[in-house]
Amino acid sequence: MTATATEAGRKPVSMAQALNRALRDAMADDPAVHVMGEDVGELGGVFRITDGLVKEFGEERCGDTPLAEAGILGTAVGMAMYGLRPVVEMQFDAFAYPGFEQLISHVARMRNRTRGAMPLPLTIRVPYGGGIGGVEHHSDSSEAYYLATPGLQVVTPATVADAYGLLRAAIASDDPVVFLEPKRLYWSRADWSPDAPAPVAPLGRAEIRRPGSSATLITYGPSLPVCMEAAEAATAEGWDLEVLDLRSLQPFDDETVCASVRRTGRAVVVHEASGFGGPGGEIAARVTERCFHHLEAPVLRVAGFDIPYPPPMLERHHLPGVDRILDTVGRLQWEADWTEGSGD
Amino acid sequence: MTVLEQRGSSRNESYWPAPPPAWRPRVDPAPLLPDAEPYRLLGTDAAGQVGSGLLTELYGHLVRGRRYNAQATALTRQGRLAVYPSSTGQEACQVAAALVLEERDWLFPSYRDTLAAVARGLDPVAALTLLRGDWHTGYDPREHRIAPLCTPLATQLPHAVGLAHAARLKGDDVVALAMVGDGGTSEGDFHEALNFAAVWQAPVVFLVQNNGFAISVPLAKQSAAPSLAHKAVGYGMPGRLVDGNDAPALHEVLSEAVERARRGGGPTLVEAITYRMEAHTNADDATRYRTDDEVDEWRGHDPIALVERELSERGLLSDELAQQVRDGAEELAAGLRDRMNQDPALDPMDLFAHVYAEPTSQLREQEAQLRAELAAEAADAGAAQGRGANDTTGKERP
Repeated sequence: MTATATEAGRKPVSMAQALNRALRDAMADDPAVHVMGEDVGELGGVFRITDGLVKEFGEERCGDTPLAEAGILGTAVGMAMYGLRPVVEMQFDAFAYPGFEQLISHVARMRNRTRGAMPLPLTIRVPYGGGIGGVEHHSDSSEAYYLATPGLQVVTPATVADAYGLLRAAIASDDPVVFLEPKRLYWSRADWSPDAPAPVAPLGRAEIRRPGSSATLITYGPSLPVCMEAAEAATAEGWDLEVLDLRSLQPFDDETVCASVRRTGRAVVVHEASGFGGPGGEIAARVTERCFHHLEAPVLRVAGFDIPYPPPMLERHHLPGVDRILDTVGRLQWEADWTEGSGD
Repeated sequence: MTVLEQRGSSRNESYWPAPPPAWRPRVDPAPLLPDAEPYRLLGTDAAGQVGSGLLTELYGHLVRGRRYNAQATALTRQGRLAVYPSSTGQEACQVAAALVLEERDWLFPSYRDTLAAVARGLDPVAALTLLRGDWHTGYDPREHRIAPLCTPLATQLPHAVGLAHAARLKGDDVVALAMVGDGGTSEGDFHEALNFAAVWQAPVVFLVQNNGFAISVPLAKQSAAPSLAHKAVGYGMPGRLVDGNDAPALHEVLSEAVERARRGGGPTLVEAITYRMEAHTNADDATRYRTDDEVDEWRGHDPIALVERELSERGLLSDELAQQVRDGAEELAAGLRDRMNQDPALDPMDLFAHVYAEPTSQLREQEAQLRAELAAEAADAGAAQGRGANDTTGKERP
């Protein structure tokens, strides 16, 4: 993603613009796609992701709703039951919680409880994560709650191109997708041509962002740029780190993850969500179960502390940073400092 | 300088011109208010305006409904249903809700509303699949335009609003009728659904069956509202209060609400005053929280008896009609009994079939695990049978 806009038509585009473009293209391609949520109309959403959609498609296709997340999700379920393809915006991670009963008891189960007769093509966009100086209830990493619910797909882009491609794939999916948008990457830019978007990968494929041989950093969403930076810094220590972007937490790409770990023999999972009960535990377990004989060291985690999300002036101590990642990589038993029976 | 002085006016001038600028009258609440008494037809001077054809039709449905409730309760005692929340005593609500809808309309039932689905024409076995426990929904909702029976209280109401809204966006004159109990009106989803429906002017009818109890909790502990129908006014929609055991009155009130919605007039909240004659479910003991006297009092206001009296006063309740209706009800019950006495066909591999459009790699692995377990069970059972042992091992039991 080095920014030298040389190719014709390629220019620096922000993730927010790419998401906006994805919504616009999806709405233009399919009249069943309806965008709904709080402030998504004239305002264009508090992050401007729905900017201009009401002008282009009218209030019927991009409508402000009353301020009630359960009502938004619940009515979106009904709209999907009638054949529409709603794309719902939850204003912030922590404001999505009132909708959890609808999400867990209905959105995730409708296909299953009707034996496939009534799938719900529903995309729930949730700006998530910290690092934006947000006050209380504006910086949660809520992915573990969603991951604990079979029937949901949980997708999170980390690059501008993926923001477009994965959102298009999410909207096209006949099953519900919780689409987690890393807030602090909304303004990240990359050279990207919206006129020739990269082919949309099927949901559930991880991507190696930086090949390496020493160890694999397994990450997603807002932690990808941090891991890329850590991998660059690690070269000074003589480590050649592979960085793997999961892109989709459910479905989970065991194949790509395990192939990478088998190659490198070491793995660290990096995410902002709290470690205890977080996705990293599941990922570490899966990798250990499948790659045990290839591992040179236990799978380690760099995660947010097990604390309520801190106030903004303290959040940098909470979020996984380059130093903490490198310290953790350093604990991957590089030297013969551990021998059987030494007790460690 | 004071703010008044900044504005160039002196303290002596009058500064009380009008209400705050943001305020304006939005809607006149008076026409939205429910009647002081539940609307009734039977036993009143207006009873004569009910057509005999409708009365006879309602009668047939009510008797069938009562018999259906009795049969489902019996099947529960016999272990053929996991649980049955009976609508005995509430048959008028169930039947009227079904009859006022056109084929293209949608019904959103709660778990107590299987009779409404049956009265709409759904196969009773399909309606009871959830309660038998072989799957969560026994029918294709789109085919019958009946949403899955909803267990989490009031959560089906926003679905009804969204569906009705979507239909209107598509230009279809479809109405959704959603059923909820008195307890469900305390849920947040009730509030959000009614608010969305009114803001969107969605073609929805909310039918609250106020049967007096949320399991054991009486209405007095549920709500301090003058009536549940009064809640409508706060959302800007009309509230109607109706005798929930007076089938023709319900039919009229619900029909009006449905037609109003269809014309683009927006949603209506209907509160039907009724009574749950049985316990909450077979697993509940109603004697712990209500008296026999209270139940007896309601027995004197039975929805079937009310229609019967009107029919016989008109000289329409012939022995022939009564017999014909009874026979129809017995036929329904016998068919239900026979079919429910057969074990449902179960395939454990179905567990993985409908989680996602395509099973994930993890689900495929788990599917293979279960398949292997089943094969091992079958092999064990085969071996046991070979030794002459009990041959039911490993057979799936409902």
